[in-house]
Formats: sequence, C-alpha cells, structure tokens
Amino acid sequence: MAPLRPQPRFPESDTESFWEATKRHELTYQTCNRCNGVIFYPRRHCTYCGSDDTGWNVSQGLGTVYTFSVIVQSRHPAFKDLGAYAVAYVDLDEGFRIMTNIVGVQDPTTDIQCGMRVKLRWEDQGEGEVSLPMFEPA
Amino acid sequence: MPRDSRIAAIVGINEYPLRVVGPGTNALQIKASCAAKALEDAGFTWQDVDAVYDTGTDQGIGGLGICEYFGFKPKVIDNTSVGGTSYEFHANHAMRMIAQGKCNLALITYGSTAHSDRRAIGTAGATGQGVSNMLNNMEDPWGLTLIGNYAMVKQRHKHQYGTTDEQFAAISVATRRHAMRNPEAVKAMTDLEFVGVREISVEDVLDSRIIAYPLHLLECCMVSDGGGAVLIASPEMARNARKKPVWIIGAGEATKYRENGGDITVSAGAQSAPVAFAEAGVSPSEIDILMAYDSFSITVMCMIEDLGFCTKGEGGDFVSDGKLHFDDPRKPTINTDGGGLSSNHPGARGIFLLMEATRQLRGESTSQVDGAKLAVAVGNGGQLGSRHATGVTVLAAD
Ligand SMILES: [Zn+2]
Repeated sequence: MAPLRPQPRFPESDTESFWEATKRHELTYQTCNRCNGVIFYPRRHCTYCGSDDTGWNVSQGLGTVYTFSVIVQSRHPAFKDLGAYAVAYVDLDEGFRIMTNIVGVQDPTTDIQCGMRVKLRWEDQGEGEVSLPMFEPA
Repeated sequence: MPRDSRIAAIVGINEYPLRVVGPGTNALQIKASCAAKALEDAGFTWQDVDAVYDTGTDQGIGGLGICEYFGFKPKVIDNTSVGGTSYEFHANHAMRMIAQGKCNLALITYGSTAHSDRRAIGTAGATGQGVSNMLNNMEDPWGLTLIGNYAMVKQRHKHQYGTTDEQFAAISVATRRHAMRNPEAVKAMTDLEFVGVREISVEDVLDSRIIAYPLHLLECCMVSDGGGAVLIASPEMARNARKKPVWIIGAGEATKYRENGGDITVSAGAQSAPVAFAEAGVSPSEIDILMAYDSFSITVMCMIEDLGFCTKGEGGDFVSDGKLHFDDPRKPTINTDGGGLSSNHPGARGIFLLMEATRQLRGESTSQVDGAKLAVAVGNGGQLGSRHATGVTVLAAD
C-alpha cells in the first residue's frame, strides 16, 4: 500500500473545523457577518475587514476549474508512483477558490480544461481520517 | 528623464565562481568569501561595512548570528526574508537607510549549497512535516510540487491570452544564448551535467520532457550551489570606490497571494513596478537591460507584462521576435549572464540580478549591450502560483 499523503495536522485552530467537517462529507467555508466577505482558507478573522464575527457555511460542491497542472515528476513517496495526476485551483460557485485534485478523467493533460465545470467527489482515506475534497467533471 | 538625485549606489559585487562546491564548504563560508571579494572590487575594507542585509536563515538567531560570524558590529541589520527576491528588498531598504544617513556602506550576502545537499526543490512536494499551520494544512495533501505551482500559472496564461509553448520557449532560447557567452555559466552547466551544453532552439525546448504540464525541463531553472555579495554605498563613499558607481534610482516591493477570484497571471510586480518606475522617473520603454528572475519561463513572461514592457497578455508576441537577445538593437535585453535557467540558481536568484545589472552598467558583461544606461532587477520570491513577493530595483549608470 502506498504511503499516506501528507496530512493536515492538529492541533491547528484555523483549519481544524474545516477538516472535521470533511469527515461528514461537508465542504465548508466562512463568510463575514460584518462585511459579507467570503473567507478562504479558513481562519479566525475576516481578511477584508478584520472582524472576528464570522460564520460557517456548507458549499453545494459545484464549481469551475480555474487552472491546473499535471504533475509528471514528483519525488514524494506518496505520489511518485501515482503516474500523472492533476492539481488544480477550483472556483466554487459560492465564491471561494480551493486547491484540490481533479480525478475521474482518462488523460488529465487532454481531458481537463480551464473553465471546465466540476463537482465535488470525496476521497475517503480510512476510518477516523479526514476525507479529501476532490473534483471530477460535472 | 531619469531623476537627477543620486542617493545610493552599488559599488562592489562578487558572484561565487563555483556552482558545485562539494563537501567541506558551507553557506556561511560562501557569504564571507564573497563579502571579502566584493570589498576588494569596491576598494573598501572589512571595517568599512556598517550595515548588514541577509535573510538570516542560514545560522541561528538570524541577523545576530550572521553578524557574529562575519565579525561585524553594524549600525543597521535587516533580515527581510521573502524568498528569492529578498535581495531586491534588501537593496531597496539599504538605499532608504543610506538616504536617511543611518549607514554608509551596506553589505548584502547570500550563500547556498542547495545542489550539494541534493535538495529536490522543484519536485519534492510538501513533506507534511514541520510546524503545522493554515497554509500547509490546506495545501500539503494535493501533491503540488514547486514546478507544478508555476505550471498552473503558465496553464492559465495560455488559456487566458492564447500564449503558445513556442513563445514561452523563446525566453529559454535567448537566455541559453547569453549563457554560452559566459564562461562561468558554461562551467556551471558542465559541472551540473546538463545534457547538451550548447545553444538551444525552440524545438529543443518543446522536445525536452514535461516535468509538470505544461512546463518542459528547459523552461525550468537549474539547482546549483553558489552565492554572492553586493555592496551599496552613500554618494560620498561611492565617489571613492575603485569602479564607477551604479546608482539605485527607483525601488518598489509588493506581495500577492492566492485570492478568491484573483487573477493568477498578474504578479505582485504589477503593484511594485509602478512605484519603482515613478521614483526613478523612467518608463519601461527606456530600460536597456531587464534582469528578470527566470525560475521558469512563465516567471519572466509575467514580469515583462506586469512591469509594463508590453500590455498584459501580449508577452507572447513581445518575447518571441528576437528583441531579448543582447545583439538585437531593440530594448530590453534580458538576463545576459545566462539567468537561473542556464547560469546560477542555488534556490534564490535575486542577488545575481543586481550583479549582472551592475556589470552591464559598468560595461563588464560577457554579453555587453553597447551604451547600456538603465537596468531593472525584478525578483520573484515564494511561489508565483500561490504566495509570492516581487521586488523591483531600477538602476542607472554613472
Ligand atoms: Zn469582513
């Protein structure tokens, strides 16, 4: 079995709620109760106004590929035997941009395009582990 | 018209001659060796240094550690650490401190044994170790490599503006041509066992293997050992230097991050360059020499556009008509030492941009541009596709 990918590590109080929610298959993001800004990556304050009055929301999991790369050469033990795999920024319809993997395509170099619509697909890693929010063609 | 006031100048430089130092030489020794030789170049002594600029990452307790190692008791210590462009930040900060009369001779140092340490900088990916924080917890699981990070910017540039791989390759072609004229670059490529130490064509670049789609091997910089030192002096000291001073006439610094809805093809240079050019009183069209941080082809493409050498998105046409070459009469000429692609990149390159710009304005380059009067050093620190800093330093011949 391939070694596990690098995992989020806790305690780390900015993103712990986000990763806890992945265990329930919820992709969460914050909005600011003062200025309505969409905050991502998760943190305690609003990056637009500095307020700490923020709330969590659950995304519908639909978005668009902003950009991507297909990693051909990776020396990391968890990835080096994976073959070519796609890392992307996906813009969710709720207005936040996440780094992720695009899966569910035959050949990532030809089957993924900027602007392509994608939907959330959870990649479970095992009992008690966080689940990874990946995306596949919608 | 470039501004008339002259407040600080580069008066001494030294680039460590080896790109493979082998066992037994460390980063601090490289820094001290280059500092001594830069002082020789300037005609000043060890005791003249009264300000130290260093990222402070190679020894304990940052700026305190480096000062003790050197044996200096400076009046100014600055350990700004923003990746590969730290050295443009340092030069800009030094200019301001000298202008305020806080110091007279600032030393900037850099040393690295990245190659000998066998650091897989471009392809290692995140380790998932060390201190955990928001950024690594959100990004480590995806297997993004450093090269993949820049490849995402290239991919978006191709999509948004129709820029072609052939156009990106023109940057590598011009840079390699300059490298083949620089004996230190030729030695670097030989010692690092490049396949084919020769001029390259667009086809060579496109035929080289993909490291992270859409970036080819020959669009990626080397990982060498090396380092250097730069001395910046007050006008009074500069007049007594051994060589003609190279004046710092404009300075700008900025940072940029992954943002919701942000345009990844626009670097922090779009913020720092207008500040630097306004201070200098020059426009990009007047610049003879553009020393642009070529970690990758895409980095240069973004810098050329964001500094205003052409309209955003038109960099593809701009770079591919031959004007970047030293013997083309049009401006600007880029990376005449052979760049990070083909001469020197020990993990950070910012200091070498200042050095080659200085050589050009002194008339000492191996690919000298006749009558070069104005140069820009523009660095990129961090990673272009996520968080990065862009320092811009505008330089003028005496
Ligand atoms: Zn807010």
